[in-house]
Amino acid sequence: MSLTTPPVAASRWARFRDSDILASFLKSKVTMAAAFVVLMLFVGAAFSPWLAPTNPFDPASVFLSDSMIPPAWQDGGDPRFILGTDDQGRDLYSAILYGMRVSLIVGGLGCLLAAVIGITLGLLAGYLGGRVDSIIMRIADVQLTFPAILIALLIDGVVRGLFKNASREDTAIYVLVVSIGLSFWVQYARTIRGSTLVERNKDYVMAARLVGLPAPLIMLRHVLPNVIGPVLVILTINLGLAVITEATLSFLGVGLPPTQPSLGTLISIGNRYLFSGDWWIVAFPGVTLAALVLAVNLLGDWLRDALNPRLR
Amino acid sequence: MLAFILRRLFQSLIVMLSVALIAFAMFRFVGDPVNQIVSLDTPAEQVRQIRQSLGLDDPFLVQFARYIYNAARLEFGVSYQFRLPVISLLGERAPATLELAFCSALFSLLVGIPMGVYTALNRDSWLAKLFQAISLIGISLPTFLIGILLIYLFSVTLGWLPSFGRGDVVKIGSWWTTGLLTVSGLKALILPSITLGLFQMTLIMRLVRAEMLEVLRADYIKFARARGLTTRAVHFGHALKNTLVPVITIAGLQLGSIIAFAIITETVFQWPGMGQLFLRSVQNVDIPIMAAYLMLISFLFVSINLMVDLLYAMVDPRLRATVGAH
Amino acid sequence: MTGQSSSVPVLSVRDLTVEFVTRRATLRALDAISFDIARGEVLGVVGESGAGKSVTGSAIIGLIDPPGRIAGGEVVLSGERIDNLPPEAMRRIRGKRIGMIFQDPLTSLNPLYRVGEQLVETIRTHTDLNAADARKRAIALLDEVGISAPERRIDGYPHEFSGGMRQRVVIALALCAEPEFIIADEPTTALDVSVQAQIITLIKRLCSERGTSVMLVTHDMGVIAETADRVAVMYAGRIAEIGPVRDVVKQPLHPYAKGLMGAIPSLEGDAERLVQIPGSMPRLSAIPSGCAFNPRCSRVFARCHVERPELIQVGDRKVACHLYDMPESLRGKAEIAA
Repeated sequence: MSLTTPPVAASRWARFRDSDILASFLKSKVTMAAAFVVLMLFVGAAFSPWLAPTNPFDPASVFLSDSMIPPAWQDGGDPRFILGTDDQGRDLYSAILYGMRVSLIVGGLGCLLAAVIGITLGLLAGYLGGRVDSIIMRIADVQLTFPAILIALLIDGVVRGLFKNASREDTAIYVLVVSIGLSFWVQYARTIRGSTLVERNKDYVMAARLVGLPAPLIMLRHVLPNVIGPVLVILTINLGLAVITEATLSFLGVGLPPTQPSLGTLISIGNRYLFSGDWWIVAFPGVTLAALVLAVNLLGDWLRDALNPRLR
Repeated sequence: MLAFILRRLFQSLIVMLSVALIAFAMFRFVGDPVNQIVSLDTPAEQVRQIRQSLGLDDPFLVQFARYIYNAARLEFGVSYQFRLPVISLLGERAPATLELAFCSALFSLLVGIPMGVYTALNRDSWLAKLFQAISLIGISLPTFLIGILLIYLFSVTLGWLPSFGRGDVVKIGSWWTTGLLTVSGLKALILPSITLGLFQMTLIMRLVRAEMLEVLRADYIKFARARGLTTRAVHFGHALKNTLVPVITIAGLQLGSIIAFAIITETVFQWPGMGQLFLRSVQNVDIPIMAAYLMLISFLFVSINLMVDLLYAMVDPRLRATVGAH
Repeated sequence: MTGQSSSVPVLSVRDLTVEFVTRRATLRALDAISFDIARGEVLGVVGESGAGKSVTGSAIIGLIDPPGRIAGGEVVLSGERIDNLPPEAMRRIRGKRIGMIFQDPLTSLNPLYRVGEQLVETIRTHTDLNAADARKRAIALLDEVGISAPERRIDGYPHEFSGGMRQRVVIALALCAEPEFIIADEPTTALDVSVQAQIITLIKRLCSERGTSVMLVTHDMGVIAETADRVAVMYAGRIAEIGPVRDVVKQPLHPYAKGLMGAIPSLEGDAERLVQIPGSMPRLSAIPSGCAFNPRCSRVFARCHVERPELIQVGDRKVACHLYDMPESLRGKAEIAA
């Protein structure tokens, strides 16, 4: 039996440089623009405490008398509030920066949780096979028939039913992360399972088994590095979905409370004032959310096409 | 064919049972039914009696069987917040949701399929590129944002269409209400249907496009062209039919998710449907409604799945043959 | 067009060049190939995969898909130039005057339509027959290609036919408008060995009955030897040698053709005569300068590295090799000099 070694990490950079990835990135203006937007928004979110003129979460710096001020360039605008203020007198620009941070943290953590759950279950299903495999995959099949938003809503309701006494401010973020994580794991599990099934029968895994390495070690040290590739693509594509899911849950009033607003919460607040002509409260967070998701999706699409045209 | 139907029925039954188990677990363990009935100062002895009368001390399987038996008779218990039977609450809201879902599905198919076909056949035209760009935006924009945008444009700014409610409805039979027969009802349907259908429309368009491009590369298309068939016959006789077979499956499944996604649209447009009821029950942890809604939606999904499978088998002669052989 | 004498070839290809424009480069899949096919003649086209055999067929019938395009040359069908016709005029020629048989009968029939529907559709596209007459014609055709109980089988779906039977249906489809010329693109490659001979015999019989010319693309030299009148050997988008099948098979001139003929096992010959050509055909993106065959050629000499050999007449045939562009007495010396 000959030992085929798994791909060596050292050649990865060379492969990346020689591959079409870089070329296709530099060629697509849309992709570059999307990358730029994503970068800007990520930086804005990461450094919001330093970039935002005020801290919208600090009650001491927010005054109700400043509420509903239109953007600075409109009649009645105030130069202190470039994009105007909301119903509680919060600076909208600051609130958007902080809100985007919350949205990205929740979306990102939710995605990671989904990836961890999915990868674990996928590895187990693919490597162990048999009954474990069929149970996991049956659950995945059933869950896949339901839209993620419905599952997230249900989990949200159940978790809040289980922890009735905890205050909503404290638990909201965790509830959201868990809801998103449990709604999006299926795709990872299916992909990982598929490639694990292939890897399992390769010589190097056989060799590791013959040497007598314990199964968990084989899965983590030998199989995982060789099946993890597509996860990056799914992560990118799902980040947009996760951010939308968070925003939707918050908009529906079961996500983040108005005291720690995400983009969805801000839109939900603004929606109440749409008819009185105070368009800015909904417009700016809405545009930010749309730009964020669109840019992330464009990047994800490009990444999928560039890395693996066969991945669906 | 009969064996195939039976097998699919059996699979559907398994799915329904597992969903029922989840619903039951929610019903039984998340919201303790007794706590909803008694108050804090109810004597312990009385609580015990109530538990017994509700059968909560019976073995798990007995309780589960009772739950399923009741669910089959559409008895899902009493809502905590409304103090009314869940089924009558859902029943009076079902027509609104189903009509909305039907109109959006119609919209997404009638617009999505032609757009997909067009973009596949004229890949390099500017219109196709425009459609592609629209589809990307349609997939990226959250549904509620689209709803808000449409309301701002057509209700607030232009004042053409109503922004909330069903308009005037007409009662048909004992419980069905319809907005399809009045002008205001039809006008009220337009914006919510587009909002709800837009995502599915872009999905169907992308699907049709991808599938059609795949089919156009097939040998039998090249052979059809080599036989000198007209472009029309090749595209719309051969390619389209082969494209639509797999699209049926996905479109059918989309119909299911339209009903689920209606939750968001109903909230934006204050549409008096089941989704809004479900959302309120999630906000208030009204477990009986959540559980019942889950069961109902699953039942719809499973039935649609089953119908799609059967339809698929009827359309595709190859499948019909293998299905018949088994 | 009664004025045509039998000396006007049914098909005449002149300097046909096909290019594929890709992101990196423009690849030349066909490089100025020329050949004629006379009325009733069967021309075999052989070569390795990627040599340009199928592209030739697609180019003649006007079905080169983008990014490919005809970059030069002309295709003349019975005296009429067809490669520059508008799409609609070309469509009327396809199926009506040029028929085509594809490689894989499993994929060349639309699985969702009954065999009869596909036949009737094609017949009615090219004739004025009404539905009932077209159906009668379809049944007759199925009978002619050897499908038993055609009245019943006509309403079957393709998946209900075996591979060989499906290829018979494909042949019926190609012949249903009585074309003067047929392109058969590897018609037996995807079939069981046991039915290959039947299909070839069927094509040969139907075409000779009708006086239809055939371009038979294959990489099976045995089929060519049995069926074709003349044979063209293709290599890397060019014709290496073309001539009467007996000459080319028995006594190939081009070193590549020699290798190719050496690769056929003959029943009477001894097994040691089986030769293998070293190396493989170059990719279109890396065709060597000079003669494309030079890296694999056992008789290569200096000129082969710098100059592309043109087809030159040698007796009844043409060959593209510098060896034959010099007096016979010098041939050995050139190689020594190399």
